[in-house]
Amino acid sequence: MAARENCMSSRTTPGPVIQVSGVRKTYGATVAVDEVSFDVNDGEIFGLIGPNGAGKTTTMECIEGLRRPDRGTISVLGFDPFRQVYKLQERIGVQLQQAQLQKRIKVWEAVDLWASLYRKKSVDGEHLLEHLGLAEKRGAWFMNLSGGQKQRLFIALALINDPEVVFLDELTTGLDPQSRRAIWDLVRGIRDRGKTVFLTTHLMEEAERLCDRVAIIEHGRIIDIDTPERLVDRHCPERTVVLVTSDPNSVERFRAIPRVEEVICRDSKFTIRGRGDDFVTEVIHCLSENHIRVTDFRTILPNLEDVFLKLTGHSIRD
Amino acid sequence: MLRGLWKLTWIEIKVFLREPLGAIGTIVFPVLAFLVIGRVAGHNIPAPSLAASGFLRVGLPVLAALLISVSSVLSLVTIVSIYREGGILKRLRATPLRPQTILTAHVIVKLGLTAATLGLLALAGKRYYPIGMHVRWFSFTVALLISTLSILSIGFLIASIVPTARFAQPIGAAILYPMIGVSGLFTRVSAMPPVVQAVARVLPMTYSVSLLEGIWAGDAWSAHIGDVAALALVFFVCTALSAKVFRWE
Repeated sequence: MAARENCMSSRTTPGPVIQVSGVRKTYGATVAVDEVSFDVNDGEIFGLIGPNGAGKTTTMECIEGLRRPDRGTISVLGFDPFRQVYKLQERIGVQLQQAQLQKRIKVWEAVDLWASLYRKKSVDGEHLLEHLGLAEKRGAWFMNLSGGQKQRLFIALALINDPEVVFLDELTTGLDPQSRRAIWDLVRGIRDRGKTVFLTTHLMEEAERLCDRVAIIEHGRIIDIDTPERLVDRHCPERTVVLVTSDPNSVERFRAIPRVEEVICRDSKFTIRGRGDDFVTEVIHCLSENHIRVTDFRTILPNLEDVFLKLTGHSIRD
Repeated sequence: MLRGLWKLTWIEIKVFLREPLGAIGTIVFPVLAFLVIGRVAGHNIPAPSLAASGFLRVGLPVLAALLISVSSVLSLVTIVSIYREGGILKRLRATPLRPQTILTAHVIVKLGLTAATLGLLALAGKRYYPIGMHVRWFSFTVALLISTLSILSIGFLIASIVPTARFAQPIGAAILYPMIGVSGLFTRVSAMPPVVQAVARVLPMTYSVSLLEGIWAGDAWSAHIGDVAALALVFFVCTALSAKVFRWE
């Protein structure tokens, strides 16, 4: 991208790019978010994850300056988002959940309009469309774009002012897996060009693959914040090995593995549960030491989905 | 302050013209309707004679002009509510674009549309409708734009309040068309029952009709300062009110 060189040097704010502290927002009697606090660091992809209605979008829109929190303070690039919204909007890029454009606006017209709205020189729109794979759709009406193309156009609009922080709200919801993967690559590209990305998602796989750090939010409250790996280690130390063997004496041997918790045997298929990082090694060690022949061997590692289940007592899809 | 205004206005014009019924519904249809009425009724009256009934000489052109203006306003009400429902307003608001810029762009588009339709109507009228040959078209256009601006502010107020896009057009129509009915276009206001008179006097359409009829008939602007002042008052009150109650999403 044309502006690649100057996006690093233009940053002057040290420390966190976004600081949220004690934010509460109610709609009538409904508390949408409460006591929400977190920092987003420069140059990371930070994900706010949780089920629909958990308060993700409300939190994000408070940070973007579109809503005013009832309580608490927010600072983005040193600005108060609500009071200094126009100054802030010059320096951030926003993609909103379920936004639309005029049905019959052409792709290039939207990019051209957006480019004209910012005080500072925008990035090359044509170049941006090409980079996002929309070059051949530049003359198409918005209403005739596919879901993935619309989202890519919204990414283009969010990037047109070469922003320092990019906000992406439920970016891949409703897209097929292939478009989703393509968009993930684009988001990683944004971070690799030195920008900070703040995104929300209810897809645990997306958070796990894309985010450097995630905050889990439920019922308007943040439950935990960390890298996906550390969250899994902290909350789900369980490890599971599934293997197939016809060795008749193996059950006792498996039960003797250090830190083993459960051995389930069905025909010749064994499910062995234990905990700790070394557990899988211990299982392999046991197999080789006892010369147990296996015809299948795989590990099931816990993921963010399991962390969510553990922390909230229910699946994110419920 | 008005960064992006012209680009947005130009895009809104293009977007409007791409609508299948946009240009036809708001420009071609009124002109055609006017021509048909003109052909049927126009032949029965001796050209610009004073013997022609007051309504055909002054009322019908003014009615046509008002209908253009009302249809512009209704299309504005519909567009604003569709844009709100589709999240377009919200998306535009998440840029440095100022709210007033977005609304100004739409007002410019609608005023331009009104003027364009009136122009076509005048051209068509010259050929087929032998009345209004000596009308001061520039003054009349200005008078219609002042009226339209005032009615547009009511449109914004309606657009600020209607719950969904589906109700925007019918609610707008239910409010605006009856206003024409008691505007003094069909029956002189002074000849109406006192209650209706009182209603008519607070409605802007009454002043629009008075202004448009006067300018059409050749009155000087100075004779209609009261009408213009009333329309301006409506504009400021409604704009202030809708600024308070307007919802972006």
